[in-house]
Amino acid sequence: MKIDKILLDHGSGGKMSHQLITDMVLPIFDNPILAVLHDGAIFDIAKQRMAFSTDTYVVDPIFFPGGSIGKLAVNGTVNDLAMCGATPLYLSAGLIIEEGLSLTDLGKILQDMALAAEKANVKVVTGDTKVVPKGAVDKIFVNTSGIGLIPRQVDISSHRARPGDKVIISGSIADHGMTVLTQREGMIFDSPVISDTAPLNHMVTKMLAAHKDIHVLRDPTRGGVGAALNEIAGKSGVGIKIYEEKVPLKKEIAGICELLGFDPFYVANEGKLIAFVAPDYAEKVLAAIRADEFGQDACIIGEAIADNPGKVIMQTSIGGSRIVDMLTGEQLPRIC
Amino acid sequence: MAIKHLEEYRDPQIAQKIIKRIKAASLKQIRLMEVCGTHTMSIFKSGIRQLLPETISLLSGPGCPVCVTAQNEIDAFIALSRVEDVIITTFGDLIKVPGTDSSLQTERAGGRDIRIVYSTFDALEIAKKNPKKNVVFLGVGFETTAPTIAASILAAKEMNLGNYFVISTHKLVPPALVALMATREVNIDGFLLPGHVSVVIGTKAYQPFFKQYQSPCAIAGFEPLDILQAILILVEQIETGAPQLTNSYRRAVTFEGNVKAQKIMQDVFETVDVKWRGIGTIPESGLKIRKEFAAFDAQKEFAIIVSESKEPKGCVCGEILTGIKNPTECPLYQKACTPMNPVGPCMVSSEGTCAAYYRYYSI
Ligand code: SF4
Repeated sequence: MKIDKILLDHGSGGKMSHQLITDMVLPIFDNPILAVLHDGAIFDIAKQRMAFSTDTYVVDPIFFPGGSIGKLAVNGTVNDLAMCGATPLYLSAGLIIEEGLSLTDLGKILQDMALAAEKANVKVVTGDTKVVPKGAVDKIFVNTSGIGLIPRQVDISSHRARPGDKVIISGSIADHGMTVLTQREGMIFDSPVISDTAPLNHMVTKMLAAHKDIHVLRDPTRGGVGAALNEIAGKSGVGIKIYEEKVPLKKEIAGICELLGFDPFYVANEGKLIAFVAPDYAEKVLAAIRADEFGQDACIIGEAIADNPGKVIMQTSIGGSRIVDMLTGEQLPRIC
Repeated sequence: MAIKHLEEYRDPQIAQKIIKRIKAASLKQIRLMEVCGTHTMSIFKSGIRQLLPETISLLSGPGCPVCVTAQNEIDAFIALSRVEDVIITTFGDLIKVPGTDSSLQTERAGGRDIRIVYSTFDALEIAKKNPKKNVVFLGVGFETTAPTIAASILAAKEMNLGNYFVISTHKLVPPALVALMATREVNIDGFLLPGHVSVVIGTKAYQPFFKQYQSPCAIAGFEPLDILQAILILVEQIETGAPQLTNSYRRAVTFEGNVKAQKIMQDVFETVDVKWRGIGTIPESGLKIRKEFAAFDAQKEFAIIVSESKEPKGCVCGEILTGIKNPTECPLYQKACTPMNPVGPCMVSSEGTCAAYYRYYSI
């Protein structure tokens, strides 16, 4: 069957999203800055290295334990800039609002954006609002763009993982995705789950202070850790070996994933980063992450290897091994 | 909802011990079938295949509900989604399965109202909120899902919901085991029986099958240690020539099973002969809605006629579902057929064998 329409899978952060971008978007806007396909664009203006990034937020529900669409929109762009090694400075915010949204809800969202901006130490300096008829969007969609400055000597890119590099993750995985999903579906569990949305720029500053030459930084949002690691493996031409039992995963999140047949490796995070660091500096960088309020559970989960270039291999907790492939589309709950 | 804690069933040291015992016990070349798709996935995810000695081959069976759903049933779902004022509600991966000329996913992108739900309760809610629409739930699955879907019909009756319907294509596991053993090319030395299904039907449901074929059987849970333990039990039974029907998932499965769930199922459904993809028609292996509940039967209400269902050309899902072939023996595997562009349901479903091979086995 030939696909001639956009499917939800095209927005999942997996292979279908990737294909859409490389087949349809890249050839049209063909330029070397875009072609890198990093979290943000990196270029020079007046001898300064800049990072520029944009992201659009359509999360449903708009309020969830741990945050809201407003907090998410600010943190998301702040983090995209931070993953370029940049110090985020200024953001823009575009709101598309559905007719009928309550002013109280809008007020809360804006308040959340202001608080998040303050926490991340960025300013929202320009914006736009549009109101569309009922049904044209779902309550509210938010776009944020941002710019930041990259200090000299910092060169972070998904292409720079080298065999031997340690893979560090800043905390437990799958918290955001499972929180939003279970909220949306109205599922109630014994122990509450909460989104991890958080700004990571202060953490990155601490990491760079500990060691300037961090090779790769990624925030594993859509498509989860699985998609992020696969992209890094592909772009850097290395294999990546991950030890399942080292990957931090909260008990309650593991349980919900099990129940619904979801693989936490492909579930979105909104306040976590993955770093690739040369082995001699890994402990130092790890200590810097742990010193940040959002990185206390950070740990080393694996390493880049010369074998199996382009592949991510997981050593399972019982000692077997398997491939962690990029998912094709959205994860769906299983039948039994 | 309660959440179980899983680490104890993933302890690497205990795993190593069981593997050692399996290696010591396994002398003959044997073929074991894991009947259930969730087992297949768990085996691949935990890397169990590489840990077993070469004497043991694991075959995946017909226990992937989406995979065994016959092509004409998939086409009927698609046809239903095109009926005016119908909202289709369904569990998971079904929407991606290619029918003869479309899929539910494609229909959804084309504007049909198709919604993924997490429970039948959600489907009932949608029916309540949309009194002018007809809400159809796609009843796919085994004895695990059938009781909850039967319960939704009872609830709809209770609430006097006139716009909630179920299309039942449920299938039963024990008759499929009998059909498998009766197939000539299939030679299986032992069965890893499904966990969730057995919670509902109990060990007793397999007794007739076991009596007839005397094939070693072990009911297993889904954690890596559950599976290894069950494999050890099967190996020991085969090597000693003493087949048994063993319940090695005692923390969840009883002899009688969930009697309440069985009763609800019997109240609402009756057994019929149905067609399974790849296996053909198996007597008394399906569930249809009883006459008393005809008002909720989508098959009666919408009289869907599917003209010519064609299974995808070249796809050998049928032989894969019966353990005759493995995916690498399909000429389309990894070539024309990938998860991006699945030709057959075994590549679509997250529990399908081809998808499991593709995702986890290409080192
Ligand atoms: S690889 Fe594809 S075409 Fe071949 S049997 Fe599996 S699903 Fe069918």
